[in-house]
Amino acid sequence: MRTLRPRGTTLAIVAVDPSSRESGGALLGDRIRVRSGSADPGVLIRSMAARDRLGGLADGTRAAVVILAAAYDRVFVETVGVGQSEIAVAALVDTLVYVVNPGTGDLLQFMKAGILEAPDIFVVNKSDLGADAARTAGELESGLALGGRQDEAAPPPVLLASARDATGIDALAAALDAHRQALLEGDGLRERRRRGREGFVLETLELRYGSFGLDAIGGPSALRARIREDAAATAFALIATLGREIEAALRKPRAR
Amino acid sequence: MTKPRTAERDRPWVIRTYSGHSSAEASNALYRSNLEKGQTGLSVAFDLPTQTGFDADHPLARGEVGKVGVPIGHVEDLAALFEGIPLDRMNTSMTINATAAWLLALYVAVAERNGIDPGSLQGTTQNDIIKEYLSRGTYIFPPGPSLRLISDMVAYTVDALPRWNPVNICSYHLQEAGATPVQEIAYAMATALAVLDAVRARDDVPSEALPRIVGRISFFLNAGIRFVEEICKVRAMAELWDGLTRERYGVEDAKLRRFRYGVQVNSLGLTEAQPENNVIRIALETLGVTFSKKARCRALQLPAWNEALGLPRPWDQQWSLRIQQILAYETDLLEYADLFDGSHVVEARTRDLREAAREEMEQVLAMGGAVAAVENAFMKQRLVASHTQRTRAIESGELTVVGVNAYTESEPSPLTAGATNVLRVDESAERDQIERLAAFRSRRNAVEVAAALQNLKDVVQDGGNVMPPSIRAAHAGVTTGEWSDALRSLFGEYRAPTGVVARKLDASGPRTQEVRGRVHALSERLGRPLKILVGKPGLDGHSNGAEQIAVKARDVGMEVVYEGIRLTPDEIARSARDEGVHVIGLSILSGSHGVLVIDVLDRLRKLGLDDVPVVVGGIIPESDAEALRRAGVRRVYTPKDFDLTRILSDVVDVVSESAPGE
Repeated sequence: MRTLRPRGTTLAIVAVDPSSRESGGALLGDRIRVRSGSADPGVLIRSMAARDRLGGLADGTRAAVVILAAAYDRVFVETVGVGQSEIAVAALVDTLVYVVNPGTGDLLQFMKAGILEAPDIFVVNKSDLGADAARTAGELESGLALGGRQDEAAPPPVLLASARDATGIDALAAALDAHRQALLEGDGLRERRRRGREGFVLETLELRYGSFGLDAIGGPSALRARIREDAAATAFALIATLGREIEAALRKPRAR
Repeated sequence: MTKPRTAERDRPWVIRTYSGHSSAEASNALYRSNLEKGQTGLSVAFDLPTQTGFDADHPLARGEVGKVGVPIGHVEDLAALFEGIPLDRMNTSMTINATAAWLLALYVAVAERNGIDPGSLQGTTQNDIIKEYLSRGTYIFPPGPSLRLISDMVAYTVDALPRWNPVNICSYHLQEAGATPVQEIAYAMATALAVLDAVRARDDVPSEALPRIVGRISFFLNAGIRFVEEICKVRAMAELWDGLTRERYGVEDAKLRRFRYGVQVNSLGLTEAQPENNVIRIALETLGVTFSKKARCRALQLPAWNEALGLPRPWDQQWSLRIQQILAYETDLLEYADLFDGSHVVEARTRDLREAAREEMEQVLAMGGAVAAVENAFMKQRLVASHTQRTRAIESGELTVVGVNAYTESEPSPLTAGATNVLRVDESAERDQIERLAAFRSRRNAVEVAAALQNLKDVVQDGGNVMPPSIRAAHAGVTTGEWSDALRSLFGEYRAPTGVVARKLDASGPRTQEVRGRVHALSERLGRPLKILVGKPGLDGHSNGAEQIAVKARDVGMEVVYEGIRLTPDEIARSARDEGVHVIGLSILSGSHGVLVIDVLDRLRKLGLDDVPVVVGGIIPESDAEALRRAGVRRVYTPKDFDLTRILSDVVDVVSESAPGE
């Protein structure tokens, strides 16, 4: 915020916090940490509770992001935190940043969690801790050097930053710009949004009807192809159409 | 048989009253009359803008000027505050923290103007920033720079003001925030060690000065109603401090290891219901810190019986002053040696507290000390947990509070009849202060002011001691807001972790379940979960109440946007819009509810959000509550509404009434 606002860039922040499984309530405390946001019309912060969604996002997150992206220059999505296989957010954003605290894991844990594969930028926060932060950055770099990513030739940057001392933020802003530029120059942005749209439609359908439901109208691969072909429809329209198809198929007796 | 009586009566503690309001002139008159009534020291209450480093004309100061204390904007305000009071013979305690170095600089400058040697000044600056993060909320800077300012003051005063207590380590506010006696002892000790370690690490403090520095560290305690335990608590603290200062800092002189402390008797435990009972509470609590000669306080200030209703009047404060005088001069307390030496009961309880506290303290030290335990929210979470437990015990009746959850029937009280049972700060106080500030600014030498501010920044940036350039700035006519802004530009501002988010869920109790069911049903009607914004407008940093409400709201199934402290009405209204909340809960304890709440309502109306209901909690006299309700506030809660479950149930009603499609 302190870096982008002086440039005149408007921004929206969608901050997702966990819900209590038992009460359904949630404490959304992100505004406390962001000073002076609400007095600036160029900044919007919306806190959301994850409710019962897995994947680190809330139900309405995608809808919120789509709307906000039309009104603000940049939209930031902060998730509950990503554990194993909880990277639904990757299907939602153009640039995925993974922020890790020093000492929160070694190389093996990073690899096990599968988080080395998706993010476009890695940031080790609390660089003010010195050696610990540098070691964590080193672990990430050696993990990325092992390969297994599509962009093996140009591995994603690993940055050090400190929210406390406000250091490394400019470098992060520059990395975000560079990634965006790269996406715009090639076919990257369109490709990414296409994949995101597919992922979102499939995930929502699966949440509603289960894998049984997806299989009833041809299974995930066939569906993916259909979604790709129907490029003009919005994700929400596709969900409605395909949902009706699934419901119809499930009502029919299954052929043996 | 030897007589246990001492040959002469002991000298009593310093008798004082925490006071100040409206303006320097009005507070000066109050101090003089208090001294005439037999007070032997002064305890200055500053208003929140002064405590948080804002001039009276800053937007965040609106509604707060002169409310909870006296506004001090510059050297002439402080001179007026002590007009006719001999500084070299006075003992002055200042409840000031983030801006402590500045207020001490002003005090020194006023002494110098009057030809008084600063070396003769006696008194205390509270200056304990750790508890500000944990409870009181008047911090400005991050922990590192804050600790550095404190250690600057310690290093400076040891030679320049050798009779000054540069820091008063506070366990007072920890108890208010819910600390158990063990936590209170442990965290106060850990804080004292953080200060002393920082001082010891300085190049400009010779090791020979360290014992004298240790001897100047004093503490500020609370005295709760469990007064037997309180006696044991202070004895345990004295024993621990004696051991720690010898082991850790090698202090050989037993006198310099003495546990020196002042007390403010518990204010937040005073009740709004049957408030006359508070006089008895205050007297009993006083026993806890005066009974045991070995661990007797050095200075004592008592609250007034009606503090839960609003600001006390001079007569209310006089009543409390007389409690001290009766105890010190009328009873035979000061004629005896320690009454508890050799008591198995007291010694066993003391030992238990000391050992448990030592363990808890070691845990804090193991994670890097008090500063680390603030940054990782360890201490805050422990305090919020104990506080929540206490609130629940009162709700369930497990803990008896006479007149509140037991013995509630009462004859009409002649003391609370009529509308004038609290002090009203004249609404013109703020305007007058702003006018005086403007006049002062226009007659000072702008070149000198700019040079003094530049010098302040240069010295602090180079790692020099903050005190000499601050004293120069005080003489030059720099204001409280300018001094603070200069340091803000170097250190940045801090927002402390709240300890709220990590709190465990309380699912227990059929009442909680019942409200949860109502929240879920209403959420279905609304089409999404009930969302509430909880925030504190203005400068009051006492966030415990707001945090308790936030946690409870989550427990009953609401989605809670907790926005924390120090918000302008504009910020709150915009947040409500951006977050799309169904209801707004505001908490204000500083007495500035009139201006701030009305402001929030106005801003909401401008944003087209007049349909979002607002509820308010705070120390709000009934006549003000009535005015707030007339202005559109849907509910007003005061300290007598201790039942959080009932409050939240009520909030469900409020939202339900406002929701369309009933």
